[in-house]
Amino acid sequence: MNDHEPSTLSRRRFLILGVVTATAFAMPPFISLKAYAATLEQPPMAKVTIQVNGQSQTLEVDTRTTLLDALREHLHLTGSKKGCDHGQCGACTVIADGRRINSCLTLAVMQNGVEVTTIEGLGLPDNLHPMQAAFIRHDGYQCGYCTPGQICSAVAVLEEIHHGIPSHVSPSLTEPPRLSAAELQERMSGNICRCGAYSNIIEAISEVAEVPA
Amino acid sequence: MKAFDYSRADSPAAAAALAAQFEGARFIAGGTNLLDLMKLDIETPQHLIDVNHLGLDQIDATPDGGLRIGALVRNTDLAADARVRKDYALLSRALLAGASGQLRNMATTAGNLLQRTRCPYFYDTAQACNKRKPGSGCAAIGGVSRQLGIIGVSAACIATHPSDMAIALRALDAQVETISADGSTRSIAMADFHQLPGDTPHVETSLAPGELITAVALPPPVGGTHVYHKVRDRASYAFALVSVGLILQKDGGGRIAVGGIAPKPWRVEAAEALLPQGAKAVSTRLLDGATPTQDNQFKVTLVERTLASVLAQARDDA
Repeated sequence: MNDHEPSTLSRRRFLILGVVTATAFAMPPFISLKAYAATLEQPPMAKVTIQVNGQSQTLEVDTRTTLLDALREHLHLTGSKKGCDHGQCGACTVIADGRRINSCLTLAVMQNGVEVTTIEGLGLPDNLHPMQAAFIRHDGYQCGYCTPGQICSAVAVLEEIHHGIPSHVSPSLTEPPRLSAAELQERMSGNICRCGAYSNIIEAISEVAEVPA
Repeated sequence: MKAFDYSRADSPAAAAALAAQFEGARFIAGGTNLLDLMKLDIETPQHLIDVNHLGLDQIDATPDGGLRIGALVRNTDLAADARVRKDYALLSRALLAGASGQLRNMATTAGNLLQRTRCPYFYDTAQACNKRKPGSGCAAIGGVSRQLGIIGVSAACIATHPSDMAIALRALDAQVETISADGSTRSIAMADFHQLPGDTPHVETSLAPGELITAVALPPPVGGTHVYHKVRDRASYAFALVSVGLILQKDGGGRIAVGGIAPKPWRVEAAEALLPQGAKAVSTRLLDGATPTQDNQFKVTLVERTLASVLAQARDDA
């Protein structure tokens, strides 16, 4: 299993305990050495390499770090948003190995070797992705907080339909799903917009998908 | 979130052995429910064993004409599999009625079975909950219980199992295959997989500590018309108030499993025998012994009406 072991699970207990011993004289007398050491103990760390928007990124992170926090706090890619942090709002949606996921509900260490595309990787201000351009044309937002997740999700939704993946509203399971507003609405239900720009979002996606009006 | 050690296993046997080695270890696959609960300190594993690299992500035909679904097959892939869509449509429909596209891309077959209840009192660590903290009581009983269970519940817990997929697997008589730390394997019928709460609501499945699900086996297709109908507070991305999975055969016989009302997929074979008498007879037998609260009394009627609707749809589709 060594091939798959994260290269370092570096616990720094020995080092930290050494520090505690050296500074023990400065401790308040009512705190035990053991309790004091526990407060200083570093959490388990792990090294992970993720392909983000075409670039290989190697990070050493606290194992608790979600993919979302790795993107925002370590790589400073703040396009992906933290809305609910529980997979309910979709603001953190990114595309991992071609599939949209909630980046708040996966650990960075679980994404070793994965290719992640964030809103920053879809397009640039002077070279917009067609979905970004359509959101602008159709006013598919108001405050804009959910927009990066909406756009990443929308790009992946069209791929899912293209690959014949059915949805809850697909009339038939044996025929390929058809492009329709109802299909897009159902498939986008994991992206919440509290400003209520839904109708414009569906218009923007419909334009890119060339849904017959 | 509490700190934890993390390791990856490269074989099912190694994963089960690791789980036995570390106290307070949990397997993580999709992570969509476990990480949610860890952020709330409801789950506090000291060690996470990542099982995403075990190679259990295939759906294979079995010699008897059924399918073996690897534990790590994602909900999206299972719902979209051509064989499942053709021969086990109930399973596709149930999966597609659950969660969101993003979550279905992450969530796995085994993880879906093992997800915890969405009872709001289980989620609120300030409330008494025998499932979260054995012996602390149940704030849901006498609390706001509109979403909660009406049958199979106990004086200790009225939570429901939230899975749509499990409803279909119960109707399809699936088997859950596992491996333990000593390398032994076994197969558990869906009927016996989830446990009723009794006075131990924290015990939710018949899995032993450290036992790892490796696959879910489907028997050969049973034919018939498959319908899954989920009644919920919004049209998409919400848990069921009531859901009904039906497989109706041409001779009028069939199978029925109901979700949103019990701590496990609710199926009563004796009720299915009453199908020729219609929805009322079936639902009366199915819900025999129900103990709804004032808040969720409506589910008794909703089961009967949803069943009637599903039967009508199946006859139209046939």
